[in-house]
Amino acid sequence: MKKWTYAAAAIAIGGVVAAGAAAVSAEDKPMLTIDGETFTTHVKVPDDHPLAPEVISGWEYRTRETQALELDDFQNPAFLAVEQGEELWSAVDGSEGKSCESCHGDAAESMKGVRANMPRWNEAANKPWTLEEHINSCRKDRMGAEPWKWESSEMLGMTAYVGLQSRGMPMTVQTDGPMASWIEKGKELYYTRVGQLDMACANCHVDNYGKYIRADLLSQGNINGFPTYRLKWQGVGSLHRRFKGCMDQVRAKPYKRGSDEFVALEAYLASRGAGLSVETPAVRN
Amino acid sequence: MKSLRSRYIRSALAAAGIGLFAGIALADEAPKYDVVDGGIPASLTGVAGNPENGKAAMLNRKGGNCLSCHAISALSDQPFHGEVGPTLDGAADRWSEAQLRLIVANSKAVFEDTIMPAFYRTEGLHRVADKFADKTILSAQEVEDVVAYLLTMKE
Ligand code: HEC
Ligand code: HEC
Repeated sequence: MKKWTYAAAAIAIGGVVAAGAAAVSAEDKPMLTIDGETFTTHVKVPDDHPLAPEVISGWEYRTRETQALELDDFQNPAFLAVEQGEELWSAVDGSEGKSCESCHGDAAESMKGVRANMPRWNEAANKPWTLEEHINSCRKDRMGAEPWKWESSEMLGMTAYVGLQSRGMPMTVQTDGPMASWIEKGKELYYTRVGQLDMACANCHVDNYGKYIRADLLSQGNINGFPTYRLKWQGVGSLHRRFKGCMDQVRAKPYKRGSDEFVALEAYLASRGAGLSVETPAVRN
Repeated sequence: MKSLRSRYIRSALAAAGIGLFAGIALADEAPKYDVVDGGIPASLTGVAGNPENGKAAMLNRKGGNCLSCHAISALSDQPFHGEVGPTLDGAADRWSEAQLRLIVANSKAVFEDTIMPAFYRTEGLHRVADKFADKTILSAQEVEDVVAYLLTMKE
């Protein structure tokens, strides 16, 4: 319940900052609204859900200043990456003389909803593919171009741009069929203690969300905003970079970006956070 | 208003990149001790703990970093006391020296499934980063020092 105290405190500050404006009451909790579209940051879930009663977006745990950066695309620093992605979308590259646009046309149509159901089962590879893997498979197999490195500015720009086309849509990863065992494996990893500090993801993000751990207000660790602009990174970073950072914090040997373990974690967190709006590219601190 | 301000300071520092638990642990000998009646009665080193050093070890973000989870009124000059664990005010009224030594050395032996790290333990851990492998978070003497400081926490 502590978290609501913080929310209330932050609202009070909002009131102070908006000096001269009408007093802000506790009912006027700011909403995540971008260009007039209001996003789902709270999803009611049944009692057997690990985050019952509600799955909550990480946006709700950030300060009003950080939140504000996400509310306005002109202020959101991640849009530099989006612009790079947009340029790359129509840039011809590789031996086949093609760009993404050559096959997919207008991204606003063809890429709508793509980010919302990642990672998605790939029959030929016999595993779930992340957005990064889909992009690189097009580059290699259809464009004859070099794959991009996971954390390269090109890949971050493209995942931000493609992800943006799903912004506002609910996260809906496939959970049945061959995805089920990956989600189960991700869940197992999520509850496994690692590192010299001997902590599991769930110790922080399930047992203690809404509480401060030193200077950081713990969220539920949801993934609906990735790739995300992080103030601490002074740039945009991938979801798997965030996973690595959390493992580094507890002095664990992190898994590699794109590893089966991180893909399984991603699949689990996508299913756990179902219903939250895609916020790509979000802003966090 | 105090708590309102601190929320902003916290985030500013977090943005400046001051993370949790970053850095290198300095620890030496392999953990060995006897647990008796839910505590470790004997000193780990035979050298009396120094409470001032203990306070420093508790504050050190690369060491105990206890404030990341615990609030301590006696250290209210320090910023950012965490909320994950209970306040340590009055800890010495609730626990004996032997119990405190076990709580710090291996919290899991006292609080089942706790998030609190075991500060003087190397076995039973998984995927420890290479540079921390087989090292304890605190040295035996640091544990003694921390216990000496905790023993001053009376209300
Ligand atoms: C010692 C505590 C701790 C542990 C353990 C931990 N994290 Fe985190 N995590 C944080 C903090 C602090 C943040 C930044 C504030 C926040 O959003 O919670 C964070 C942020 C995140 C975010 C970003 C949330 C957002 O809205 O942008 C994700 C995703 C995440 N963690 C996943 C994980 C996973 C997966 C693991 C396990 C491999 C893990 N965390 C383990 C402390 C932890
Ligand atoms: C990541 C969080 C975390 C860190 C870091 C941490 N603790 Fe704890 N500690 C806890 C929690 C949570 C409890 C309560 C036991 C439980 O239910 O898990 C606790 C309990 C205790 C208690 C018993 C509290 C009481 O008064 O009943 C003592 C003493 C204690 N910790 C000392 C320390 C010291 C000393 C350090 C640093 C060297 C430390 N802790 C670091 C989370 C932490």
